[in-house]
Amino acid sequence: MRYVAIACCFLTLSACKRESREVRPAPAASAILGDAGAESALYPGGATANLNVLNPYEGNAYAISEGQRLFNWYNCSGCHANGGGGIGPPLIKKDQRDWIYGGEAPNIFDTIVKGRPNGMPTWGGKIPEYQVWQLVTYVRSLNNLEPKAATPARSDSLEQKTATILPGKPGAATQ
Amino acid sequence: MTQSMWHVAGSNAAHIRELAVFFGLLLSAIFVLVVGLALFSLTRRHRGIQQEPLEGTHQPSDRTEASLRTAVGAATGITVLILFGLTIVSVSVGKIVSASVAPAGSLNIEVTGTQWWWKVRYASDDPGRILQTANEIHIPIGRAVAIRGNSEDVIHSFWVPGLQGKRDLIPGHTTTEWLEADKPGEYRGQCAEFCGLQHAHMAFWVIAEPPERFNAWLEHQLKPAAEPMNDDTRQGQEIFLRSACVLCHAIRGTDAAAQAGPDLTHFGSRKTIAAGTLSNTKGNLAGWIADPQNIKPGTHMATVPIQPAEMQPLIDYLESLK
Repeated sequence: MRYVAIACCFLTLSACKRESREVRPAPAASAILGDAGAESALYPGGATANLNVLNPYEGNAYAISEGQRLFNWYNCSGCHANGGGGIGPPLIKKDQRDWIYGGEAPNIFDTIVKGRPNGMPTWGGKIPEYQVWQLVTYVRSLNNLEPKAATPARSDSLEQKTATILPGKPGAATQ
Repeated sequence: MTQSMWHVAGSNAAHIRELAVFFGLLLSAIFVLVVGLALFSLTRRHRGIQQEPLEGTHQPSDRTEASLRTAVGAATGITVLILFGLTIVSVSVGKIVSASVAPAGSLNIEVTGTQWWWKVRYASDDPGRILQTANEIHIPIGRAVAIRGNSEDVIHSFWVPGLQGKRDLIPGHTTTEWLEADKPGEYRGQCAEFCGLQHAHMAFWVIAEPPERFNAWLEHQLKPAAEPMNDDTRQGQEIFLRSACVLCHAIRGTDAAAQAGPDLTHFGSRKTIAAGTLSNTKGNLAGWIADPQNIKPGTHMATVPIQPAEMQPLIDYLESLK
């Protein structure tokens, strides 16, 4: 009985999508999808996603950590800071209805690839598609939209920023 | 020239070699002595062993006990003395080779370890003369070189066995050391602290040259990249600037200015690509760009979708950056 239980434990580990490290992108994830989301920024009845497009890295911890690295490498942090927003809008939403162009994986993919008015550059053709998906997975993980098992704790840098930006106000860091 | 602590070219590495030779000879002699004594005690005749009573009831004579006590005491004393002596020798050599303050007039180089390559920056008081390069460190012979080490991600260790001892590169903390080459040559270095998937492929070359050749190299490297001279390389530059390459790499003199990957301004002048993994040939470069995960699985070099027809102009352009 004990051996059966141990075998079951190993079996569940082997089925863990969170842990798979696909360092070499699959062909399906390396050709630019023609139309991941809709062209228009206006959605009758609220933003919806094209459900035929699936994020290949959903729930994958390696993709989230790679996305976090690329978020700084490609200077997303230059406008969006660590997700709190700056020149650009915050990516950590108080309310999931606050996504201007939709918060589903294909919507975010589309926003990165095509760019958006008022400052979001067009990254399509520059960032390889599999890395766009890694960024999408990371951005969604910031909002706890990825499975909890794959999402890391919020990074320390977020806490430090608050303390450095508001040094003079007593108690500002604890508000 | 290769990577060997026996073929040394600097005083620090020479001290380490002397220490290794001293330890090796002394400890080999002790090993031979101990094994010899053990063999001797196994093979010598045990006179009168039949008469010995059973264990527990045996009372050795006072003379036997005294000589046993002397022998064990002397052996313990000698062991302690040898170990203590070795500690003193080792610590004093360690103190010499890990001196962190370089002699006056040294050349200052900042080395930043990153998964899995080396960012190299030649410091200067004149901002126009700060040189950023990667994976290949040229130094003048007969002049001390101060290395300021740092890391961008995890702990790495800077090690050129022919020139110095290991020095860890720690994120958020600057470590210092210095080295000096006394004869020209090419010395391979290697990361000496396990740092992830491609730790084994995180190498670099230190090229020691006479001062005049070093100065000529430095002056050349400070110049912006060569302009493409023909249609083929012009097309290559255009491909480089419109694809993902430009998001991580810098080529001074063009719009490419990203700092995430190695600076490619004088890429064609380097001996190796992918941090000492492959020699810098067009074939290797094409293989590296087409499928970096095949050569260094886990590398942060992106798999960039380059069309087959674009590859030749692209590698021609990169190799023309002498």
